[in-house]
Amino acid sequence: MKVRVLVSLKAGILDPQGKAVEQGLHGFDFEVEHLRIGRLIEMEIPTHSPDEARSQAQAMCDKLLVNPVMEKATIEVL
Amino acid sequence: MRVAVPVFPGSNCDHDALHASGVVMGWDTHPVWHQETRLPEGTDLVFIPGGFSYGDYLRCGAIAALSPIMGDIKRHAENGGLVFGVCNGFQILCEANLLPGALLRNESLRFIHQQVHIRVERADLPFTSAMKAGQVMQVPIAHAEGNFTLDASELLDLEARGGVAFRYCDATGQVGEAQTPNGAANGIAGIVNLRGNVLGMMPHPERAVEPEMGGVDGLGIFRSLARRAQCPVSK
Repeated sequence: MKVRVLVSLKAGILDPQGKAVEQGLHGFDFEVEHLRIGRLIEMEIPTHSPDEARSQAQAMCDKLLVNPVMEKATIEVL
Repeated sequence: MRVAVPVFPGSNCDHDALHASGVVMGWDTHPVWHQETRLPEGTDLVFIPGGFSYGDYLRCGAIAALSPIMGDIKRHAENGGLVFGVCNGFQILCEANLLPGALLRNESLRFIHQQVHIRVERADLPFTSAMKAGQVMQVPIAHAEGNFTLDASELLDLEARGGVAFRYCDATGQVGEAQTPNGAANGIAGIVNLRGNVLGMMPHPERAVEPEMGGVDGLGIFRSLARRAQCPVSK
């Protein structure tokens, strides 16, 4: 199954990269605020069970994909 | 004193570490490739060098923390052996859960390389015993991700247990946001684990050990370690 993991910074963690991009957009006169930048990880997990795919992806987040000090993950099974 | 310097693909301060430990201090120093599963027999100190292990992919230090050699480094730490991580080495120790917290991108978003001052907060550690609490050292930093962070309650715990070993300051020892080059919480430049045998810091003391390098303040740490080697504490 195809799985998407969206890793984003937790609320309260400073995102200087997001801030820089937000300021860049302000330079083009876009009205935008609270811009945050995350990371999208896509993968194929060899199973036909969405539950199994989700629990595998969760285990991957716990082991490697996410640093819980600063990040959180949203898992999407497609 | 037997020192192991783990080398990962992308480590680039390993020779600085080998030079400071092997040539300047004259210690029995061994580079150890990350694929090894055992540290050299009788290793006293593991010195994890700076660099860009695995190209900083995913997060700085995240992939290196999974390397085969890390298993034995964790065992060494659990047995009370000394582990010292500088710059990327600090990031690796955090990712390996040997130290709390994480190193975020610098507040300015820039790679910062400059001389900084740091204040010794703990002089009762194997890494600092030849120095005095409150002493100011001048050492270089060179990093893009040195902005130490920890959630508020854990940060309180870290401070309460004296987990902060070094803090950024000015030449007089004054600490504060203005003296912190990278945005690190509470001006934290280096931390130590509860047991006091694992220390990580962003500045590079190994690049301040000979007058030709522009300063010798980094020797304070190496002399402390030498003192520990002469009168080893029970492991």
